[in-house]
Amino acid sequence: MTFHSILFESAERRPPSDAFAPPDFFVDLNLDQIVAAITAGKEEYNLAPFFHWSLHDADAVLYRHEVMRDLEDADLLNHIKSFAGALRSMRETLKQAEKRYYRRQKEALFLDAVDAYCGAIDLLARNLGLADLRSRGLLSFRDYLTDYAASDRFTSLLAETKKLKADLSTVKYTLQIKGGAITVRKYASEIDYAADVEETFRKFQQGAVKDYKAKFIESPQMNHVEAAVMDRVAALHLDIFVKISAYCQRNVAYLDETIGAFDREIQFYVAYLDYLAPLRRAGLSFCYPALSSRSKALRVHDAFDLALAHKLLAERATVVCNDFYLSGAERILVVSGPNQGGKTTFARMFGQLHYLASLGCLVPGVSAQLFLFDRILTHFGREETIDNLRGKLQDDLVRIYEILDQATAQSIIIVNEIFNSTTLQDAIFLGTKIIERITEIGALCVCVTFIDELSLLNDHIVSAVSTIVPERPAERTYRIVRKPADGLAYAMSIAEKYGLTRRQIRERIKS
Amino acid sequence: MKAFLMHRDRDFDLDAALPPNSEALIQDLELNVLFNAMARGDRYLYEVARTAVLQILRGEEEVRYRQDILRDVLANPLVIRQLYDLTIETRERENKIHAWMYTHSPSSILARSVQVLQLFVVMLKQLKGIGTYNVQRFSSEGFKTLFAMLDRELKDDYFISIEDHLDRLKFRDGVLISAALGKGNKGADYKLRRPKDRAKSWITRLTTPKPPAYTWRLPPRDESGASALGELRDRGLNLVANALAQSDDHILSFFAMLRAELAFYVGCLNLREQLAKKGQPISFPTPAALGERKLTFSGLYDVCLTFKTDRRVVGNDLNADNRDLVIVTGANQGGKTTFLRSLGLAQLMMQCGMFVPAESFSANLCSHIFTHYRREEDVTMKSGKLDEELSRCSEIVDAIAPDALLLFNESFAATNEREGSEIARQITSALLEKRIKIGFVTHLYDFAHSVYDKNIGTSIFLRAERQADGERSFKLREGEPLQTAYGEDLYDEIFGARGDP
Repeated sequence: MTFHSILFESAERRPPSDAFAPPDFFVDLNLDQIVAAITAGKEEYNLAPFFHWSLHDADAVLYRHEVMRDLEDADLLNHIKSFAGALRSMRETLKQAEKRYYRRQKEALFLDAVDAYCGAIDLLARNLGLADLRSRGLLSFRDYLTDYAASDRFTSLLAETKKLKADLSTVKYTLQIKGGAITVRKYASEIDYAADVEETFRKFQQGAVKDYKAKFIESPQMNHVEAAVMDRVAALHLDIFVKISAYCQRNVAYLDETIGAFDREIQFYVAYLDYLAPLRRAGLSFCYPALSSRSKALRVHDAFDLALAHKLLAERATVVCNDFYLSGAERILVVSGPNQGGKTTFARMFGQLHYLASLGCLVPGVSAQLFLFDRILTHFGREETIDNLRGKLQDDLVRIYEILDQATAQSIIIVNEIFNSTTLQDAIFLGTKIIERITEIGALCVCVTFIDELSLLNDHIVSAVSTIVPERPAERTYRIVRKPADGLAYAMSIAEKYGLTRRQIRERIKS
Repeated sequence: MKAFLMHRDRDFDLDAALPPNSEALIQDLELNVLFNAMARGDRYLYEVARTAVLQILRGEEEVRYRQDILRDVLANPLVIRQLYDLTIETRERENKIHAWMYTHSPSSILARSVQVLQLFVVMLKQLKGIGTYNVQRFSSEGFKTLFAMLDRELKDDYFISIEDHLDRLKFRDGVLISAALGKGNKGADYKLRRPKDRAKSWITRLTTPKPPAYTWRLPPRDESGASALGELRDRGLNLVANALAQSDDHILSFFAMLRAELAFYVGCLNLREQLAKKGQPISFPTPAALGERKLTFSGLYDVCLTFKTDRRVVGNDLNADNRDLVIVTGANQGGKTTFLRSLGLAQLMMQCGMFVPAESFSANLCSHIFTHYRREEDVTMKSGKLDEELSRCSEIVDAIAPDALLLFNESFAATNEREGSEIARQITSALLEKRIKIGFVTHLYDFAHSVYDKNIGTSIFLRAERQADGERSFKLREGEPLQTAYGEDLYDEIFGARGDP
């Protein structure tokens, strides 16, 4: 099978265009933060569109899982990264060449760019040849690359480039500057005078000293004096410089298009794995979710809000993981409990897990069985001033109406803290109506609310609660559990707390 | 070239981070008083004293190496001060040679470096002279090595080769620079070269073919060209200017090192002179190995207390060889804290190679010296006093190792006696198991007496004395812990004088 793309197995699965906006729920679920962090520093690849297009076909997801599993091999990932680094510096060098004024400069930079390209292709072909690949995507790409690297077109380009680079590196010359005259000659092994001075004073050396070397402003552009020197150096080595000019004219279109596209698309995986790496080092787990578009049984262990974890990691704070499951006829999780207890985070986590899974990505958690949805619909209420109560309630209801209108039995609905600003009676009434409606639709739903009654409406509903430490009610565990926890606290003796019992000290002091 | 006056085989590191327990040591042993006596108002001497004293030595040989040098120093105070002054003069004169321009171009750096080098030639000659003149009056290994080194390294022909460089650096024939092609064919790797000496005979010169050469001349009024050409020249001079400036710095840091190492001994001279004025004795201590347990002294006094009072300070005697634990109990203001401090100070002074404030003093060296004193003020509102004490103790446990010395002063008294005693017992017994030597001033009778009753063979008990009339002698005697601490006396003294509040 011929290689099409590392993200889409065939052309039919590709999205119609490359430019689409993030989905509506991106901000509510903090997915905008996640994608911004993933793509940061990789703007040249324009990766965001790939993160805005979710897959609805289990095999398309599997195609990506395979590639990502292959890339979890650290060696392979590094090979891909050094390939990307080489092409990046190639592009940079070409940009430089365009900006230069003197011909000899343009030519030298073009030669560097082609050299970087050849080196990158050659190395990647060799590295992939040795790699133990399993994925359809990378196996098929390897075939393509191997053929290309063995082609005449490529091998002769490589040989000629190496030869000319080697020739250039042999050029060495001297300048004798006296008054306003510069005399250029070939270098004739004259003694290094700075080394001579260092040698004389070696006996005084006392370790590190200040660096007195002047930092010259390294303009990449030659000035006319340097250009005059360059002309004389070229005149001393005429044969080399004539060959280089001819080479540059012959090889203007050297870059292969399919390889160019691979370089961009593989970054989808690289960027995501790079984003996960520090979290994994901090001990957090990620897994390939099992996805079904039929069964709504969900089961997730030790998952967390990815955006929050990223933020907490930067602050060196602990990330609290949560489990949840739905089985049988259960469809709706109603989350209640004390404020600031992690309810909203839980709701976001639920949405993120499903969305990331639909991209073919690893998801937070030790294991995850998730649902392959047709769409995600969210409504996150916000703390509002009391000024425009009626207006806000109206907006909320309009939005809820839209959600219920679009939702199908394949959809995921996440409603968070709505009706907070209404009267309790209104809130109960409206909440009940909406939950009943969602139950009828049969969609999966997480509903964060302060209204306990909503959790008791029917058998499709499961109640979950944010928990506290019973002895210190101000402390939150950030755990969301299906039933209230006992919160058994244990007391430690004060010396034990500081590791100062006899036994502890004995262990702490190394003999 | 190295001075090697602090260590036989390495430089004194004035910038070394102080041990983590330094802040507590300075506070608890009142080390600032000691440092001030050594510094006599000189900030630099103060810094050196602080660093040298707190970076303790752990080997007997290392201690003796410094003790020998210090004996030479005490015998030749004038020569030492002369050498020290020379290092200061060198630094001051170097400081006055300013860069000609503010540009820091290689040409101006080179010009200044040449001037500085000329100064150093003069000062090095003087330094060598002092050594040659006085060498017979010194007997320590450290000073003999230093003077021999100056004699060997600074011979006359060496000074001649330096002057040869100073002449070449005038560049009468222009500068010769080599280069290669860098990124984008820009010139790179510029290096100053020494032109090949010309062939001797004119016949050889005529018959050897000249290598091809192309010359470019700066057009008149091409100002940007002139500055580009100047920059090329500077690029060529860059490395040599750097090499010469760094060589100057190396010589300067040799003088700086010599200054730092002499400064410690100048500090010792200052201290000796002030103690002599007060008629207080000093002696060189006898160090024993880390693993041994030795502590025997006579007339040991608190050197810091000496500088805070006009009275002569009472010394204590003790024989606590083969003991691991010294427990001090007894009367308030009976001299317990002073005693503990004098112990810590003498140990510290011995371990940096100094003399000690005693008629005689012998102790094993310790791997670290720690203090855990009860702090009067509550540092934070958050944690209780006992919490604060325990957390400090925990920090010590993190840093401590076998053969360390740990001095506790009224520790763990922030709770009731039973609890405090239990904590003290747990901690003390674990530390003893780990071969840590402990001095413990305490009011925790339950703790002190349980150690006494168990008759642990390696402990010794001292008591602050008071005479029958209630006057304290400030002398400590061996004796079992007593249950009362004479707080009543203090109450009577203070309240008695003022009447009931």
